[in-house]
Amino acid sequence: MPDQERRGHPYIPNSVPQVKAEMLAAIGAGSIEELYADIPERLRFREPLDIPEGIVSEALLRRHVEGLLARNTSCAEVTSFLGAGCCHHYVPAICDEISRRSEFLTAYAGEPYEDFGRFQALWEYQGLMAELLDMDICNVPTYDWFQAASTSLRMAGRYTGRSRALVAGNIGPDRLRAIRNYCEPVMQIETLGADPKTGRMDLADLQARLDGAVAAVYFENPGYLGFLETAGARIAELAHGAGALLVVGADPGSLGVLTPPSQYGADLVCGDIQALGNHMSMGGGMAGFIATRDEEKLVMEFPSRLFGIAGTEVPGEYGFGDVAYERTSFAHREQGKEFIGTAAALHGITAAVYLALMGPAGMRDLGVHLTQKAQYLARRLDAVPGVRAPGLEGAFFKEFVVDFNGTGRTVAAINQALLAQGIFGGRDLSQEFPRLGQSALYCVTEMVAKEEIDRFVTVLTTILGGK
Amino acid sequence: METRRQAKVRPFHQAKWNEELIFQLHQRGERGIVVAPVERGIEAEVGDGLSALPPAMLRRTPPALPEVGQMRVLKHFLRLSQENLGADLTIDIGQGTCTMKYNPKIDDVLAADPKLAELHPLQDPSTLQGALEVMHKLDLYLRAISGMDRFSLQPASGSAAILNMVSIIQAYHLDRGEGTRDQIITTIFSHPSDAAAAAVKGYEVITLFQGEDGLPSVEDLRKAVGPRTAGLLITNPEDTGIFNPAIDEFVRVVHEAGGLCGYDQANANGILGITRAREAGFDMCFFNLHKTFGTPHGCGGPAGGALGVTEALSGFLPVPLVEYDGRNYSLNAALPKSIGKTRAFFGTVQVALKAYAWIRALGAEGLREVSEVAVLNNNYMLEKIQQIRGASAPYAKGRRRIEQVRYSWEQLHRETGVSTEDIALRMADYGMHLWSSHHPFIVPQPFTIEPTESYSRDELDEYLAVLARISEEAYTEPETVKTAPHRSVCRRIDPHDFDDPARWAITWRLWLRKARAPRG
Repeated sequence: MPDQERRGHPYIPNSVPQVKAEMLAAIGAGSIEELYADIPERLRFREPLDIPEGIVSEALLRRHVEGLLARNTSCAEVTSFLGAGCCHHYVPAICDEISRRSEFLTAYAGEPYEDFGRFQALWEYQGLMAELLDMDICNVPTYDWFQAASTSLRMAGRYTGRSRALVAGNIGPDRLRAIRNYCEPVMQIETLGADPKTGRMDLADLQARLDGAVAAVYFENPGYLGFLETAGARIAELAHGAGALLVVGADPGSLGVLTPPSQYGADLVCGDIQALGNHMSMGGGMAGFIATRDEEKLVMEFPSRLFGIAGTEVPGEYGFGDVAYERTSFAHREQGKEFIGTAAALHGITAAVYLALMGPAGMRDLGVHLTQKAQYLARRLDAVPGVRAPGLEGAFFKEFVVDFNGTGRTVAAINQALLAQGIFGGRDLSQEFPRLGQSALYCVTEMVAKEEIDRFVTVLTTILGGK
Repeated sequence: METRRQAKVRPFHQAKWNEELIFQLHQRGERGIVVAPVERGIEAEVGDGLSALPPAMLRRTPPALPEVGQMRVLKHFLRLSQENLGADLTIDIGQGTCTMKYNPKIDDVLAADPKLAELHPLQDPSTLQGALEVMHKLDLYLRAISGMDRFSLQPASGSAAILNMVSIIQAYHLDRGEGTRDQIITTIFSHPSDAAAAAVKGYEVITLFQGEDGLPSVEDLRKAVGPRTAGLLITNPEDTGIFNPAIDEFVRVVHEAGGLCGYDQANANGILGITRAREAGFDMCFFNLHKTFGTPHGCGGPAGGALGVTEALSGFLPVPLVEYDGRNYSLNAALPKSIGKTRAFFGTVQVALKAYAWIRALGAEGLREVSEVAVLNNNYMLEKIQQIRGASAPYAKGRRRIEQVRYSWEQLHRETGVSTEDIALRMADYGMHLWSSHHPFIVPQPFTIEPTESYSRDELDEYLAVLARISEEAYTEPETVKTAPHRSVCRRIDPHDFDDPARWAITWRLWLRKARAPRG
């Protein structure tokens, strides 16, 4: 239609033919094609892109995409016991309100003047995390826990001038693969033995392998399999005795009630802030943190942005900026520390809102709720014939192994049967930890009601009974 | 309307709330939100929960988080948001290389749908079919745009995609028994991460510099390659916006030396449907979904760095890959040569969804229109900026540029003493942003403008009018510029507090310790 041809695409104002013609005239070009004169014909792509025709109407676009999304079943529609590093926690309305603000959502890299708010919000995030972790320093978020753990180990390597890292053998296998990919071949990543009954670190193995070449010892608390590592202070003592740093991965959502790793000797603490007000988004909500003490030598090893507060020309006024920018690859390319770029800043701002809302009481209440509910789930499960929960001895926080070996069923089969009843069973561990046989990792959050747990146990009992 | 608004400099003043730090809002006893209590019956069964934990694992003193009522928390962060300029508010063309385009609101609405936001990544794939279809289709569209054979959406940003490329280069050579190749070549106008991520994986980095035409030369590349060459990582167009017409020759030289070639197409905004990685011979490329593909930058993420490779390298991609058998979508982790995992789960799925929706809204013709208008806008700016006193566009005189241009205020600086940094700060007084450029400053007093396709001619004219106004100020009242900003959130910040370990205050607790500020 001729009338349509006079109109532009809603996202491209200057696609209006008349405007285009006037702009071409203003630059003395006869056609758009002239502007591509530097691209040789042999490199030109002359076919139409194999992509469907545009859905220019927003209403139709929405209908199309919502049609696709309708094929998903979300955790909001069912009972979910999935965790393993990403958890369905409650997201306060104000977290969404702030993280969807145009001013934050569509900003990027302005100066600390016109983008003052971004700097202050992220500086506050750093400070709130520092209180939660009881450490001095926390970075602007990196991609996720994988990256945070990897960078923590590389930082320890540079700090100590050593290249071996001893890593608890039962951390998440995916996380271990990511750590290996990031650290090798510059560092050697070795896994430590674990007590098969409890999952905790084999201290004899640690002692045997610690020597003057070890840069860092790394474990997670709670561990990937949910157990609490109770020997943190002893591990710190051993690591420090060998001149190595202690790096601990932690769930920040646990720290309203659990001892922060710095208090048993961690030099670096890392983890993920998805649980702090960020939607799971199928794993897209992950964002990593790295915290440490205010020691110049350690701070200078961060690749991340670190925002600081400072005075301005006006007495009493404050502003923000990058601390020790010269560390970064932005300043010195390959001579900088690792690399820095866009990562997950908005998740950090959201986490700041979350922590400000929760306060110390909220974080404690959350921790109490999760421990109580997880213990309740374990107790109910343990009463189901053939099921053992927790599958590992000792204390746990919000996740624990459930041992189904006594049921004669595979976790895969059980989970399929649960799925048919609107229940997402726990993460199947039979591939990741063959030693545990048919076991699954169950996680509860405050989003799972007691009635759902009770119904789940009834359904599970029926499934297992119908052998 | 018959008359167009004349481009004018907007009288502006940014919000300045003098807002407290969140910690200063603390009032013991206030609460922002209450956690759902455990249901009746649970406590009777398991007790208080904490007694079951070892005493040494229980936190003795609560974290010193502030206690603030809900409305005050909201107000605090809303005020901070008002003290920020996003692309939705400003004419965000001063952050060249970063493609600050329009991020359609509908895409945010769709990504916030609980049918996406409340998905757990480890759900049974049968419950993720819609999301997996989006990921698969996005893969197909990106294949069409690049000519590559397979994409992974796992890298969470451009720099992460570069690290993945380097990891694949390393795995590829190790697989062939050529692990002795220990050098990666890049160019000075390629992103800093092209050099830095290579160094992370232990490579020696060789950096080619530009010639007088603004481009690296094939001759320099020939001298740099050899049996130690593992690969080439190169941006094109580079930060100068000049297309390197010999790019396929670069690839050929590196291939002949036994290396792999990775195309940094973080910013591909000028070349959609125009030229592709495949025709230039590349083995890999990546696109930043938050640049070219219209997803928001979020103050620095979450983002997405979609990584594409040729068939020969697809077995090295991070796992899992999304597969489609004609009926169902599934996840395939069985890639024996895979570099493994580089990010948790599948990447930033909500970003992938936004990119998918953006592509669907435009279609094949719309994508090409995006690039053509972005290039038109850029050349319009090039024409006009060169008319501003003291500004210039080094290299490639008289030639057209693709999507951006690195300009210089060298003449203005020489004549007035006003620097790019001064101008950047003065821009804030007009509600605008101007970024210097990546280090090192090969172009003296640099600034990089990338108008994208999103801003109307009126808006481009307004930005130009502001640049011209500040140039005029530099020549007539340079002190105004040198002491800027005057109408922004704060005045010039004392930089000494950032580099002195005795003074830096990265957190509230360090600030209390070092500045002895009173708690509010």
